[in-house]
Amino acid sequence: MKQTIRFAFYKSIPVLLGYVFLGFAFGLLLQEAGYSFWWALLSSVIVYAGSIQFVLVDFLSGGTSLPVIAVMTLLINSRHAFYGLSFVEKFRRMKTYPYMVFSLTDETYSLLCSLKTPEGVDEKKAMFFISLFDQLYWIGGSVLGGVLGQLLPFDMTGIDFAMTALFVTIFVDQWREARTHLPAVIGLISSVVCLLIFGGNNFILPSLIITVGLLMALRNRIEGRIEKRPERKAEEA
Amino acid sequence: MTRERALIMILVVAVCTLITRLIPFVLFGGKRKVPKAVEYLGQILPPAIMATLVVYCLKGADLFSASHGIPEFAAVAVTALLHAWKRNVLLSIAAGTLCYMFLVQAVF
Repeated sequence: MKQTIRFAFYKSIPVLLGYVFLGFAFGLLLQEAGYSFWWALLSSVIVYAGSIQFVLVDFLSGGTSLPVIAVMTLLINSRHAFYGLSFVEKFRRMKTYPYMVFSLTDETYSLLCSLKTPEGVDEKKAMFFISLFDQLYWIGGSVLGGVLGQLLPFDMTGIDFAMTALFVTIFVDQWREARTHLPAVIGLISSVVCLLIFGGNNFILPSLIITVGLLMALRNRIEGRIEKRPERKAEEA
Repeated sequence: MTRERALIMILVVAVCTLITRLIPFVLFGGKRKVPKAVEYLGQILPPAIMATLVVYCLKGADLFSASHGIPEFAAVAVTALLHAWKRNVLLSIAAGTLCYMFLVQAVF
């Protein structure tokens, strides 16, 4: 058990850096909008989704109507519906099923789908602790941001790049282990094209729909490639 | 804005976020067997989604501003190359992030 928790903590360190600082930024913004750290705490406990919580700060400072808020939330977070697809079977076999579904953020998803547990580590428990630690980092960061405000003595500008770097390292690992690079290439091209057409705030959903469409259209070809090449052995973390 | 209204807003965002997370599990998570197509997508989607997320993170990089997005792309290159070479997640992330912080604070 100790080994599992230590493993989960080690795996979650990149998210620790990213979440504490992003959460801090969220708490700070919310406080500037006139909401104390209790509101940051509440949002991070029950919403727990980075990008929409930043949009939430806008909602709370303006007069956005509830239906518009609902639609925007559904659209911005629609990508989550695709994350669950990789875990339908796995989560179902876990005691912590409801929490795993609730807490599947971008970053937790990326950690879990690249997770390879060494001997002596309980995979399901490791997955649960990674999810739990990630949310605790996010909650901790956002409360700190609300409490400490602008007291930080250093210039932390750019620290949020840790999140981008996390995605990049996982992308590199997946690229190395993939038996076909088609999905990665399709995802990359589709998102760049959609970004240029739809702009930064609206491109995720069309891009994911096009990606899924293309992957389904090319299914025979991709499955053929997967079967032809033996699985590359995953290296120990 | 009243505090009651703020509370309702947060609840709406929480419920809608939860709905997006529940969709695949409600559709395929019951006793029904997961369709082959969904199994295929679950297996093949992660690299495609990771590529999308990297692009999402870089969406703020303005190619036409003073920095031309150089800090973002330089830091991504440092992270990716270091990771392809050393395969150490924390080292790659630390180096990439420090590189980015240095570029945005001291250079651009």
